Amino acid sequence: MNTAFSTRDLSVGYNRKVLIQGINIDLAPGKILTLIGPNGAGKSTILKTITRQLEPLSGSVYFGERSLRDISGKEFAKQTAVVLTERVHPEMMTCAEVVAMGRYPYTNLFGRLTEEDKAAVQSSLERVHALDLASQDFSTLSDGQRQRIMLARAICQEPEIIVLDEPTAYLDIRYKIELLSILRDMAREQKTTVIMTLHEIDLAMKVSDDLLLLDGERVCAYGTPDELITSNDIEELFAIHSGSYNLLFGSVELPKPEGMPKVFVVAGNGKGTPFFRALQKQGTPFAAGILFENDVDCQTAEMLSDHVIKAPAFEPITDNQISSAIKMINGCQYVLDAGAPSGPLNRANRELILYAQKTGIPVLTDLKGLP
Amino acid sequence: MKSPTGTALDLSGKRIRFMFVIVVLLVQLILGLVLNINTGSVSIPASDIFRMLLQSIRYKISNLFTAGNFSEALDAVINADTASQILFRIRLPRVLLAAILGGALSVSGYLLQVFFRNPIAGPFVLGISSGAKMVVGVTIIFITPAVGSFSSAGLMFSAFLGSLLITLLVLLFSQKVQNMSMLLVIGIMVGYICTAVTDFCITFANDHDVVNLTNWSMGSFSGANWEQVQTAVLVCLPAVIVAFLLSKPIGAYLLSERYAASMGVPVKAFRLALLLASSLLSACVTAIAGPVSFVGIAVPHITRVLLKTSKPILVIPAVFLCGAVFCVYCDLIARTMFAPVELKISTITSVFGAPVVIYLMIKRRKTGRE
Repeated sequence: MNTAFSTRDLSVGYNRKVLIQGINIDLAPGKILTLIGPNGAGKSTILKTITRQLEPLSGSVYFGERSLRDISGKEFAKQTAVVLTERVHPEMMTCAEVVAMGRYPYTNLFGRLTEEDKAAVQSSLERVHALDLASQDFSTLSDGQRQRIMLARAICQEPEIIVLDEPTAYLDIRYKIELLSILRDMAREQKTTVIMTLHEIDLAMKVSDDLLLLDGERVCAYGTPDELITSNDIEELFAIHSGSYNLLFGSVELPKPEGMPKVFVVAGNGKGTPFFRALQKQGTPFAAGILFENDVDCQTAEMLSDHVIKAPAFEPITDNQISSAIKMINGCQYVLDAGAPSGPLNRANRELILYAQKTGIPVLTDLKGLP
Repeated sequence: MKSPTGTALDLSGKRIRFMFVIVVLLVQLILGLVLNINTGSVSIPASDIFRMLLQSIRYKISNLFTAGNFSEALDAVINADTASQILFRIRLPRVLLAAILGGALSVSGYLLQVFFRNPIAGPFVLGISSGAKMVVGVTIIFITPAVGSFSSAGLMFSAFLGSLLITLLVLLFSQKVQNMSMLLVIGIMVGYICTAVTDFCITFANDHDVVNLTNWSMGSFSGANWEQVQTAVLVCLPAVIVAFLLSKPIGAYLLSERYAASMGVPVKAFRLALLLASSLLSACVTAIAGPVSFVGIAVPHITRVLLKTSKPILVIPAVFLCGAVFCVYCDLIARTMFAPVELKISTITSVFGAPVVIYLMIKRRKTGRE
């Protein structure tokens, strides 16, 4: 395989103390590798090691065919650029001047910019859609703009590999998405290889070609997002026991309310989800049904309740499912009609509401009636 | 048509401003030199000053090509009358010394500010001047009696040693505390300790040495001679050139140490060069003129405001020139304000320099980063 970056049995750490060992990475050109793991898992330590700010404790790092040890500082700067977490405070410098810093390895003793250097600055600014900021003072920028400029600076260095340490920190969601799509474009169009750390697992799943999961002692998984989504690695890694994490959507829900269900929510078509969440906030345990497995309500209900009556997608509801739902309703104090539309397949849900009315269990259409 | 980046990167706007500032500073410097030579107990008219200077320079240059044929003519110009003697023996060396040392001190302060990435770092604030004084005190009081006599080179070396010692100490502390105000407090405390040690030495010194040390530590350009001017040029010129050659890495370093490293700056060697150049400059000044306060902080800041840029390649020469102008005028005031009594140079530099520091502190508070 044609690799842009690889490591062989790499061990990293501080002061001769090994933090993580046995790191083996193979990354093809134009791919995005994201390191994820809880705080303190050693993501930054790995980044520092591959960008030569820390010595590898053992093993080796290769950029293309060449070992990191054989590359001089200047050569390294021509093929690898970094975007760091630390905030910089250059005084009285325009954005174009900050970006032009990226030309450092290419300019002469006095840092004189040639026409070629200026063209590189221009195209880097274009890449991050920040051409309009060129002559603005860097210190007047917002966090999102700053991060884009720092990325442009890295791009301006014309590297084969860009290493970014938590590039989305400090950014609001709009800029996070914008920044990651710029990286995706660069990887696709210019075959720039990207290695970064992210806190947002959901975004990491969507933007990366490869993921490296770290737990502070070892690499607990390395593979494509598709490979990792089917395993429990991620939930285990972040020790999400109290709340739940939906890998498919990358969404997070708070812990389930404890106890036997008090309210049965007749839901469907996404109508139930706001009620589930409202009940969770009140701390009221609930049951939900009858939900087709392809319904979004089914996904959220399962994250927020242990008592969900499900039916396979695209198949009629069976008598069996109806009777377990009725059993559940009998144990509840209220039935909540979430207002889901009913059609030929889920007519049973109508029947459940009628049953509740017949047996004298109060049927609510909002949460105001709840004590 | 020019692209937006083209205009932003095009330094011509900044270059024009830079040239303008440089020209204004040069004019100021020449004016300051003339004023300095002109004023005093004996007033020398400007026309005489130029005539004598041109003559002496002409003979001096001719001397270079004719193996000393014009030495007598040169001596004749120098010894023509009282005015010419005052000019060549007293006022000219003094004003040149003030200019060179003022520039050197400012560049030294600028380098320290880069090093600590802190706008109010300076040899005086960080206790470095006090350190120099301490070692000079020890040299004058304890070592000189043992050795016999001290040369100005020996004094300079002591001051250099003291400066370097305290710079390293402050450097050590600066790695523990990132906070700017803490570093300042530490600098001031280190300064007090050095002063205490100096006072301790003075207790056991004889009167003659105490007078020597006090004279030195008053900080003054009075008694300047050509030998000192020569030493100052020989030490400061190379250090300022080194600083200028470091412009490119300084620019990268101003962004951040880690970014500089990622762009291929050999950070350790760079920091060492920065520190050595800065210590050499401030030591040279301290050794010749004694501790001079606030020039190192105030001048680089004034220069940046004038230039409206922090590009080191433009800032460093301007800082030197601005420092020269600043000190020439401060010395003029020190010399003439209460003539015939001379004030110490720090009295004047503090009055003009300290407000700049206060302003800087307040401004940083406002922008909310420490």
